[in-house]
Amino acid sequence: MALIKNGRETIDPFIRIRPGEPLPDDGALLVPLCVWQNHWERLVCRRTAIGVQLASHEHPEIIGDDVDQLDLIALEFPSFRDGRAYSHARLIRERYGFAGELRAVGDVLVEQLHYMQRVGFDAFEIVGDDPLADYETASQDFTVWYQATGDGRHPASALRRARSRLRDPS
Amino acid sequence: MLIANRLTDGLVVFRAADGRWVEAIADGLLIAGEGTAAARLLDAGLADAQANRVIDPYLIDVSVTGGRRTPERYRETIRACGPTIQVER
Amino acid sequence: MYRYDEFDRTLVNERVAQFRRQVERRLAGKMTEDQFKPLRLMNGLYLQLHAYMLRINVPYGCLSTRQLRRLAQIARRYDKGFGHFTTRQNIQFNWISLDEAPDIMAELAEVEMNTMQSSGNCVRNITADHYAGRAQDEIEDPRVWCELLRQHSLLHPEFSYLPRKFKLALTGAPHDRAAVAVHDIGLRMHHDAQDRPGFEVIVGGGQGRTPVIGKTIRPWIEPQHVISYVEAILRIYNLYGRRDNIFKARIKILVNALGIERFTALVEREWEQIRDSGLQVSQAERDRIGACFAPPGYETLDDCSEELAAWSTVEPAFGTWMRSNVAAHKVPGYAIVNLSLKAPGRIPGDLSADKMEWVADLADKFSFGELRVNHRQNLTFVDVRQADLHRLWKLLDPLELATPNIGLASDIIACPGLDYCALANARSIPVARDIGLHFARSDKLQQVGNLTINISGCMNACGHHHVGNIGILGVDKRGREFFQLTLGGSADEHAALGDRLGPGLAQAEVPGAIEHIVDTYLATRQGDETFLQTYRRIGIAPFREAVYGQDNKTRRVA
Repeated sequence: MALIKNGRETIDPFIRIRPGEPLPDDGALLVPLCVWQNHWERLVCRRTAIGVQLASHEHPEIIGDDVDQLDLIALEFPSFRDGRAYSHARLIRERYGFAGELRAVGDVLVEQLHYMQRVGFDAFEIVGDDPLADYETASQDFTVWYQATGDGRHPASALRRARSRLRDPS
Repeated sequence: MLIANRLTDGLVVFRAADGRWVEAIADGLLIAGEGTAAARLLDAGLADAQANRVIDPYLIDVSVTGGRRTPERYRETIRACGPTIQVER
Repeated sequence: MYRYDEFDRTLVNERVAQFRRQVERRLAGKMTEDQFKPLRLMNGLYLQLHAYMLRINVPYGCLSTRQLRRLAQIARRYDKGFGHFTTRQNIQFNWISLDEAPDIMAELAEVEMNTMQSSGNCVRNITADHYAGRAQDEIEDPRVWCELLRQHSLLHPEFSYLPRKFKLALTGAPHDRAAVAVHDIGLRMHHDAQDRPGFEVIVGGGQGRTPVIGKTIRPWIEPQHVISYVEAILRIYNLYGRRDNIFKARIKILVNALGIERFTALVEREWEQIRDSGLQVSQAERDRIGACFAPPGYETLDDCSEELAAWSTVEPAFGTWMRSNVAAHKVPGYAIVNLSLKAPGRIPGDLSADKMEWVADLADKFSFGELRVNHRQNLTFVDVRQADLHRLWKLLDPLELATPNIGLASDIIACPGLDYCALANARSIPVARDIGLHFARSDKLQQVGNLTINISGCMNACGHHHVGNIGILGVDKRGREFFQLTLGGSADEHAALGDRLGPGLAQAEVPGAIEHIVDTYLATRQGDETFLQTYRRIGIAPFREAVYGQDNKTRRVA
């Protein structure tokens, strides 16, 4: 399994904490939601990075007010068919204004990377023989899309407006 | 008998004695009873599915009357013989 | 018709290239069937009983003759020379090879067609009134909104992995020819108290195992908000729709579970957040797409209904055809012509490659090169000069496309059923054919009048049996095919689900049962009541008695 962040393969600096495990004193931590909710005072006091992982049934409005304190939000895809995290990602980026790392974990398929990028994910845990090559191919699958999302990239409607202005600057 | 869809064209095929997959039910391997021979046939079919030759192999019951093979389930008869109505021309 | 611009073309071509790569990986064994199946489904490729089936979108039923000719070529080159038009205004080919599917998609892309999202847990083909833009009773042409919604829902990054499939239908007329009440979202255009055109938004309709008539979530919304409102509904569905049980995953289940008030509150709260974002439809985009649907170059003609009526007395067969198959057009001197794909003995909705090309030639000659696919599995020419009706009729008749049965008892909807479909429990096509032949022989068709008979081969209800005046559902009992009848369904603006008549019948008994039902209607109708009106007045008991009563020969099946 590889972590691809911002288009590069990276070593994950975050230590994954499971529910009930003791919290180490040092190090960047990625904790599940229940741990965040039970220990957030302690967690925000640490000087190292903190991340929260949401399961697909956990609505991000639970942490909506806290996003400024987080460096990482990981959204889980228990099955690639479970598409809730696409909506969660958009809310996290566009509604709650989260600017840190938004990571897709779990059953993440190469075919979905384009959609995941568009809804705001910038980091991916991918399995496969050559994850980076798969990531690069998938990232170039489409150059046109109809929907505007928080990623700021122009949808077809904007391209059409620009083209018609070029043709008729008046 | 073991029935499946061929991966490339989706056509209904039966596993033959020599390991090929054939389109005619008359050419497929027919095994009497449900013993170890049937289990081996299923395993061979599943291996072929793993090897991406066929999709969804499973065993079906077939009765033989006067040399003609007829699947027990009507659904498999339709799969073996094609749609029951004439095609639009 | 909408015309692709460079951006539409690029998107479709990139999708075809992506699928081609995926097929290569699958055939090379680099992808398992489990990994590949959802990808091929999202490109409309099913694995059915006999082969792969490819479902091609006909967006809101609009088809050009150039596209129809390409479909004929594909039928010949890649299939067995025919195609099947469906209840979602799509076309299906039943004998496709996986290794040829990318080539087929490339050939479709050349004529601005595609198979994207015709299956899968995403927004499917958006269907509409097949008389859109032409009907006399229409308030406003919904096709602009159909196209806007089509683009917005295509490869939508947030909504490609919904709990289940999602179907939209639109109508711009008070008489609903698009069955909007039994769709996940139905949009019905009408005027508000200030006479402004807008959409009633209906949500949570559907058929299948748990049929439901949709509920109004918003009585009226301005058209420029329709995309953001649909987006809000989709987001609520994506977040809260059930994912634990595929039989309880449609939005109708969510609406029922929450109740329409609570569901509405959730949607409205979400919509308030997004309504003024970039999802509002700009006037420029409305104009650009609207221009594609501008009316064709009509001549200024007088209405000649009187001449046609006179002609009908001279040639009664022509009159019979006009009465059932021709509808009024908003422009004087023009008419809407329905081509019946339900000739006696034919498979409902099927059309051979040869006939596709004949139809294309006729559409070029008589209807400005365009036609419509309608959800009753027939085709429609929407712009025929009244003066050409007789000539057209004489050309359609030898092609077996002029059976005078539109909306009548032999205009049967039938899904492909167990002859083709891996999901089916029973065959629907032979039942449809037998009923059609029965009515052809008995000559009661015109006398019976409007009567919709819809047949589904399983509970998925692709044949829309719940909303047929007579619905027929094929079931499997101990390995044999039986058929359960329902009465009183309706797919129009007074939508209703049919009532179960009684125990299942054997296939051979179905035409006789239909005969008993029809005779009961003829014996009890008052004035010019339709079957549905009589049924609603007298209830199910007389029909039940006629079919299952002691003194008839229908064998009761436990």
